[in-house]
Amino acid sequence: MEQLGHYFFNFASLADSWGDIARAFGTTILVSILTLLLGIPLGFVLALIRLYATSRNRFLALVRFVLVFYADFFRCVPQLVVIVVIFFALPYAGLSLTPIASTVIGVGIVLSAFAEEVFWAAIIRVPKGQWEAGRSSGLGYVATLFIVILPQAAKMSVAPLTNRGLAASKATTLGSVVAVPDLLSVTSSIQSAQANPTALTVGAILFVVLFMPLVWLCRVLERRMETA
Amino acid sequence: MSTRSNAVIVRNLCKNFGETPILRNVSFSVSQGEAVVIVGASGSGKSTCLRCINRLEEPTSGTILISGKEISGPVIDIDAMRRRVGMVFQHINLYPHLSAIGNVTLALRFVAGMNRKAAREQGMAYLEMVGLGDRAEARPHELSGGQQQRVGIARAMAMKPDVMLFDEPTSALDPELVGEVLGVLEKTKDAGMTMILVTHEMQFAREVADRVIFMDKGSILAEGTPQAVLDENEGERVQAFLRRVRH
Repeated sequence: MEQLGHYFFNFASLADSWGDIARAFGTTILVSILTLLLGIPLGFVLALIRLYATSRNRFLALVRFVLVFYADFFRCVPQLVVIVVIFFALPYAGLSLTPIASTVIGVGIVLSAFAEEVFWAAIIRVPKGQWEAGRSSGLGYVATLFIVILPQAAKMSVAPLTNRGLAASKATTLGSVVAVPDLLSVTSSIQSAQANPTALTVGAILFVVLFMPLVWLCRVLERRMETA
Repeated sequence: MSTRSNAVIVRNLCKNFGETPILRNVSFSVSQGEAVVIVGASGSGKSTCLRCINRLEEPTSGTILISGKEISGPVIDIDAMRRRVGMVFQHINLYPHLSAIGNVTLALRFVAGMNRKAAREQGMAYLEMVGLGDRAEARPHELSGGQQQRVGIARAMAMKPDVMLFDEPTSALDPELVGEVLGVLEKTKDAGMTMILVTHEMQFAREVADRVIFMDKGSILAEGTPQAVLDENEGERVQAFLRRVRH
């Protein structure tokens, strides 16, 4: 027991490290927020394009195919690989990105693929009669989409999106592979340097503090969905 | 009958689903203030016919005029046309995320361009007309099926359309809730609204319809007063249908 305390809860050993940990925590929050701000709106726009390509014009079949392939591909491919390709391969195409940008774009793209599927599934789950009610009252296609369909689809999307958002935020720790000084990589380095995993304990606590409110929020929203 | 007094004219309307003809050369007209009931077996094309009138289904060929204006051409402003045609659905299709008054005022605000206050006033007048003034803030799932359909009628009527289309408005309701909706329909008719109804309620057709159209296999088989079509018609298919729906 004493051994356990010495290895995992030896906070005195971190006396010189709190500044680094705080900065790393800030980096994780920043990278997470940027990833969410890229992935979710991008997924939303992709779902709208897919809807337009599906409902409007048969000649847009190619657009639809590309979108579905994008969503399927990026849901399958490991996010780590996407980050590595962006950071190490894109410079050969003349595009050099910082570690943080590479991580945000890599994880954001994967998140956008999942978000697209979530929005798409929600939009097509709204009954056809809702479109007919809107259109027959004189609302145009776009107005019906935004006033009638999307408010209902958004409600169905909230819970699965929160889950995907949490997963993406945690996945930003993969940025350590391209040397993003995020919470997990910094606490992990401290662990190596001191041969003591207390830093990782602190990292874990901070992750829980950051994400637990989101998990709770997700549950509240799910419950509200059930009763609505 | 001159074009002027006709609210709706349908000429040689044809509709195919793929290779299958659903409507074959359907022609009829509806005068202003008239209530026309379309009856027929399921699959006879009556709902499709109704849905062609506001182009929820695209006619394959034929001409449709509403208040003298052709609406079946390729270049018409379809949203402006639909504004003048109210639609009530079998499955009601209320917006579940909005209250009763929210349902009624949505098109008033976003199609007719009324401000929030004016839309609410007009919407409340129609909710009161269908007897639901006190349920304005209720969500659809808090209302009975009959109440929901009355909101559906108020929602369409509030736009003050030239003609109202009712697509089996009572078919999805529990039997004990049908009466309250039929009551509202009678009131609508008494207010002088031009109405086309697809329904299986023969008693209602007898009492309220000015004219009954009997459809069979995509064509009009009989047309006339309710008495002529439903009571005095000796046609075998009409009789067979009536035997099936008679309670």
